[in-house]
Amino acid sequence: MFRQQSMRSKKNAFWVALAAPGILWLAILFIVPFYAVLSIGMGKLDQLIAAPVAVWNPFDWSSSGVIDVWRDIFGSSSFAGPILLRTIVYTAVASLLCLLIGYPAAYFVARFAGRRKGLFLVLLIAPFWISYMMRMLAWIDLLSTGGYVNKALGWVGISPVNWLSGNSVTVVLGLVYGYIPYLIMVLYAGLDRIEPALLEAGRDLGLGRTRTFWHVTLPLSRQAILTGLLITVLPMLGDYYTNQMLSGSASTSMIGNLIQGQLGTPGLESQGAVLSLMLLVVLLVPMIYYVIATNREAAQ
Amino acid sequence: MTATNTASTQATPQAPVQGARRPFWRNPWRHPWFLEGFTWLYLIWSLVPIVIAVLFSFNNGRSQSSWQGFSWRWYFTDHTNSVLHNPQLHAAVIQTFRLSVLVTIIAVPLGVAFALGINRWRGPIPMTFNFVMILSYVVPELIFGVSMFILFTTLFSTVHLGTLAEVLGLVTWNVSWPAIVVQARLVTMGRQYEEAAADLGANQFQVMRRVMVPLLAPAIFASAVLVFSGVIDDFVIVDLLSSSAGNTPMSVIIYSTQHGGNGGPALNALGSIMLAMSLIIVILGYVGYRLLTRGERGSGLAALTAISGES
Repeated sequence: MFRQQSMRSKKNAFWVALAAPGILWLAILFIVPFYAVLSIGMGKLDQLIAAPVAVWNPFDWSSSGVIDVWRDIFGSSSFAGPILLRTIVYTAVASLLCLLIGYPAAYFVARFAGRRKGLFLVLLIAPFWISYMMRMLAWIDLLSTGGYVNKALGWVGISPVNWLSGNSVTVVLGLVYGYIPYLIMVLYAGLDRIEPALLEAGRDLGLGRTRTFWHVTLPLSRQAILTGLLITVLPMLGDYYTNQMLSGSASTSMIGNLIQGQLGTPGLESQGAVLSLMLLVVLLVPMIYYVIATNREAAQ
Repeated sequence: MTATNTASTQATPQAPVQGARRPFWRNPWRHPWFLEGFTWLYLIWSLVPIVIAVLFSFNNGRSQSSWQGFSWRWYFTDHTNSVLHNPQLHAAVIQTFRLSVLVTIIAVPLGVAFALGINRWRGPIPMTFNFVMILSYVVPELIFGVSMFILFTTLFSTVHLGTLAEVLGLVTWNVSWPAIVVQARLVTMGRQYEEAAADLGANQFQVMRRVMVPLLAPAIFASAVLVFSGVIDDFVIVDLLSSSAGNTPMSVIIYSTQHGGNGGPALNALGSIMLAMSLIIVILGYVGYRLLTRGERGSGLAALTAISGES
C-alpha cells in the first residue's frame, strides 16, 4: 500500500512538472500584467513628469482615476459618452449585417453544397489565412479617390465620394468585411451538426422548405448564432485599426481608438488602463458565457 | 466532426415522379439557386478585392487603379522603393519571419506540456490555470495588449519594448492554441494506450516518448501551423509592443504607412509577401497533417478544419 501511494505521488509529480512551466508563464505574463494595469489605473500621476506612477499596494489604491473616467463617460460635459454610444451602434449594426449576410452563405454550404463542399469551405476559410491589414489595404485601394469604386460610380454619373475620411458607412462595412469570416465558420459548424433526420422528419410531417427552416433549422442553430455574434462583437469592441485605416477621423472613433490614443499619450496612460479594465469587466460575462457554450458543444 | 455529416447531407434524392406535375417552386428538392447565387456574391465580395490588391503589386507604375504593365519593380527592381531595397520594408519581412519562428518554437512545447500536465493532474491549481488559459484565448486582444504594454513599461521595464517584449507577448497570446488543440485530442484518445504501455512495463518517460507524443503528433503539428500563421497575421500586440523600425513587422508597417491609399504599390507587395508566407504554411500544414494522419479515418476536409482551428 505504501508502495502504491509513493507510485501515485511520483506519477503526480510528473504531471506537475509538465504543467509547471506553462502555469508559471501564465502567472507571470497573464495574471501579473492585469495586476500591473490595476496598479496603474488605481495609482497616482506624477505631475512633474506627467507620467503615471504605479501603486503596488492595494490598500493605497485610490479610486480618483476611475471616478475621472466615469465622469468622462457619463458626466454632463462628457467627451467619452458619445464615443461609447457610437461604439455600441457601430458594433450592433455591423454584427447584425454579419449575421444577415453570413447566415445564408453558411446555410447554403452546410446543407446544399453537396460534393462541392470542399471547394466552398476552402473559399470561406481563405480570409483566415490572409492578414487583416492586407484585407483592409485592398479596400483602401478600391475606395481611394481614384479607385475602382469611385470609377464605377463615375460611369453611372455619380460624382466621387470621399470614402476614406470620417465616413461611418465605410467604417461599419469595414468591420463587417473584417469579422464576417469568423461568424460564418461558427454558423457553418453549428448548421453542419444538425441531424439531417430532423429535417427529414419536418418534411415528412408536411412542412415545406421554408417552414422546415423556420421551425427546425433556425431554432436548432440558435446556439451557433449566439456564439457567432459573440465572436464578432468581442473583437469589434477592442478594434481601433479598422477605424484608423478606413477613416482616421475623430468623428467616427470608437472605444478602442480612445484606449489606444490614451496609451500613446504621456500622462493619459492611466486613463487608458482604467478604460480597458472597465471594458474587461463589462465583457467578462459574455466571455465566460462563450467559454461555457463552446465547452458544452465540445462535450456533445 | 464536420466530415461525418457530409455523406448524409449529400444524400438528397432525385425529384420524385409526382413532383413533376407541381410548379417548380413547389418542388421541395429543387436546387436553391437564390442561396447559391447569394453565396457566390458573398465570396466575390470577400475575395476579389484581395486578388486586385495582389495584381496591383505587380503594376509597373504607382497607380492602384490603372494597369501599366507587369513588373517586379515593387518587389526588388526599384532601387529605393521596392521591398528589397527600402530598409523599413526589408526589415519588416525579416522581423515577421523571426517572430513567427521564435514564438512557434517557444509556445508549442510550452502549450503541449501544459495541456498534458493540466489534463492529468487533479486539483484546484490545474483547474484554475486551465480557466486562466481559456480566458487568455477569449480576452479581446486590445485589453491583453494594453496589459502587456503597461507591464513592459512599468513593472518589467528592463524588458524594453521591442523584439523580446513582442516574443513574450505573442507566446502568451498563442500558447492557448496548442493547449486547447492537444487537450481536445487527449479527450478523444482516451487512456487505454498509455495504460497498455504502462502494463507492459514502460515507465512515464517511455510512455510519453513512445506512445503519447506519436499519438499527439497531428494535434501538435496542427497547433504549430496555427501559431506560426497566427503570428504572421498578428497586429495589435506587435503594434503596441514594437518600438523602432528594426522590430516592426509587416502588418504594422502596412497599417502605419498606408496613408489613405497613397502608400504606394510597395505596400501591396509587402501584403502579397505576407499572403504568400501564409499560403506556404497552409499548404505545408495541409500536406503534413494528411501525412501524419494517413492511417486514420478522415478526409481532406478534416485536415483543412484542423489546421484552421475549426474543430
